[in-house]
Amino acid sequence: MQVTQWSEALSSWLMGLGLPGWAAIFLVYAVGSFILINYGMLSVLLLIWITRKAISRIQDRIGPNRVGKYGLLQTVADAAKLLSKEDITPYEADKIAYNLSPVLAVFGVLMLLAVVPFAPGLTGVDLNIAALYVVALGSIGIMAALMAGWGSNNKYALLAGFRVVAQLLSYEIPLVLAILTVVLLTGSMRFGQIVELQSLNIGGFNLGLGWLGIVMPGALIVFFVSSLAEAELTPFDLLEAESELIAGFHIEYSGMKFAMFFLAQFLNAWILAAVAVTLFLGGWQGPGVGLPVIGPLLGLGYFMIKVYGIYVLQQWIRGTFPRIRIDQMMYFAWKVLVPLMIGLIVAQAIIQKLPTPVAIQYVLIFIANVGVMAVVAYVLQKYFREEQMRTKRSFEPSSLIGSMQVSEKGTMY
Amino acid sequence: MQLPLGIEVPIPTFEQFVFIQVALLTAVAGLAVVMSRNLFHSALALTLTFFGVAGVYVFLEAEFLAVSQVLVYVGAIAMLIAFAIMLTRSMMYGRTSPLNNQWGKSSLFAFLFFIGLLAFARATPWPAPGEEVIADEALIGALGREFVTTYVIAFEVLGLLLLLALVGAVMLARDR
Amino acid sequence: MVPLSWYLMLAAFLFSCGLYGALARRNAIAMLMGIELMLNAANINLVAFWRHGFGPMEDLTGQAFAVLIIGLAAAEAAVGLALIIAVYRERRTIDVDELDILSG
Repeated sequence: MQVTQWSEALSSWLMGLGLPGWAAIFLVYAVGSFILINYGMLSVLLLIWITRKAISRIQDRIGPNRVGKYGLLQTVADAAKLLSKEDITPYEADKIAYNLSPVLAVFGVLMLLAVVPFAPGLTGVDLNIAALYVVALGSIGIMAALMAGWGSNNKYALLAGFRVVAQLLSYEIPLVLAILTVVLLTGSMRFGQIVELQSLNIGGFNLGLGWLGIVMPGALIVFFVSSLAEAELTPFDLLEAESELIAGFHIEYSGMKFAMFFLAQFLNAWILAAVAVTLFLGGWQGPGVGLPVIGPLLGLGYFMIKVYGIYVLQQWIRGTFPRIRIDQMMYFAWKVLVPLMIGLIVAQAIIQKLPTPVAIQYVLIFIANVGVMAVVAYVLQKYFREEQMRTKRSFEPSSLIGSMQVSEKGTMY
Repeated sequence: MQLPLGIEVPIPTFEQFVFIQVALLTAVAGLAVVMSRNLFHSALALTLTFFGVAGVYVFLEAEFLAVSQVLVYVGAIAMLIAFAIMLTRSMMYGRTSPLNNQWGKSSLFAFLFFIGLLAFARATPWPAPGEEVIADEALIGALGREFVTTYVIAFEVLGLLLLLALVGAVMLARDR
Repeated sequence: MVPLSWYLMLAAFLFSCGLYGALARRNAIAMLMGIELMLNAANINLVAFWRHGFGPMEDLTGQAFAVLIIGLAAAEAAVGLALIIAVYRERRTIDVDELDILSG
């Protein structure tokens, strides 16, 4: 199924009307980016509403319900409140870094929207290196956090900025390696092509269920966990643990600048969900996307359902998981996820070169992925058991230390 | 297009017009790197220069390099430099001039060097761009294949060098 | 199409800026930034010559070199900054004019 890109179709139509080539292309991309950016900004209103509703339900509350139907306009009211707040610049702040940082945070996230494949033929740009582009643009957000931390002239903000860099750089590596497994299997970094390869044709009808996540659940889970860390969501939200630390690198920001960091964060979570859907859950693929007219519309619907589903899953985790410590976070990234993903990639590279039919290769890759998941589960289980014993020990009365026995299974009695 | 002093300037095409903007941004940022008195602002300007160079790569139809540039330079090198500036931040205040006593000679030398390169770049009749580059997987695939065939030694040595550099950096910067 | 000489002029300007920064700045980190600028300028030249050379689809030497230089720059920055931090810890300064204990 080959659907032409919307941009090519529109620009060739405009050129047919007699516009010069460069003007047509310029106009088409200007309109496209205008729509895309405004969609991104406005969807954040919905994302924040979903988050608040989901977390309220988990915490047995009702959530926003006063402004608008079901409280849908609560975020608009909040934005209006934030706009009317005083815009404070701290004493002796680095003005350039301080004012540029929120802009850069939002900029980096909005740029990512350009490669998200919403439906067949409906992508901002179908870059041939989209997978790498997503990773590269992530570094802008890190730079923004560092600039905010430095520019605020506040030691807590600076320390939090260091933490952001440590966390985001660490989890970028398993993220990249998980993306690499998909690139290795599909042989393409183009999102459009990756999605198209995830179709499942049976008798000429596109069932659209050949999702890569079925073949490699291990990579999918590693990607999901790393994307939680990249989006600074619980259990990795120790950068801005409101209940324990001060807010984080944006402590000194107020009003709309503060809101821009939050806009970037919510949109980043959504886009990482979109990338996960594109790479592992079939993107816009679903039953019936091959149909002539309603196919693209169905594709858009499938894509949105999947992405918002993943987003709700992220918020569910946010509402139920405890927060982890920074040493646990680094341990998990560097000593568990990275070696396992490297091993998985080596295994996959070998499997793909085996002189066997493709079906057997898929089965072998699936087994390797299940192995990865088993090792992660084993390490976590071992760690939590030891941690449980350690915390129990530390609450023992000092006169009893050593007198309590630990059974073979590790439980106390 | 006729400029006031009777200078004839060819009207740039749209692509050239956009290139001029990117190049000016890059050049101004590059100048700000060496001129700024605040070291952190230098680092920010350096980040902007890296982005500008990535934009130039896009003009040269080397998208893979452009993205690698952002990934490595902005994502790693600019970050490292910013970190080093923050760790040695007592250096940023107090001193009068950020320049040493040979700045006069070196600025003259750099300027003359620039003039020389400029004259060379303008005087030489360069060839017109070669064939069309089709930006697709084939190019990246070919590049990857080059790295494991023609340039395999260089590639492996680079990997080894990076490993050694990382180990060395950890050894050097470790708090004893 | 953008002529080759424009790229070369931009690269020449960036290289001269980097040269000035590496020669004239006091701070070791600022010198390192100048070196990074020069490496970037060299990279622009390499890619520009690749694009304007014979058959950019077949002969990928320019791009390959540029990728190698990017990797090299990363290694250089890591080691250079580690050295700077080690020196700063020892001497409490990274002003290269004050690091002169070897000059009799």
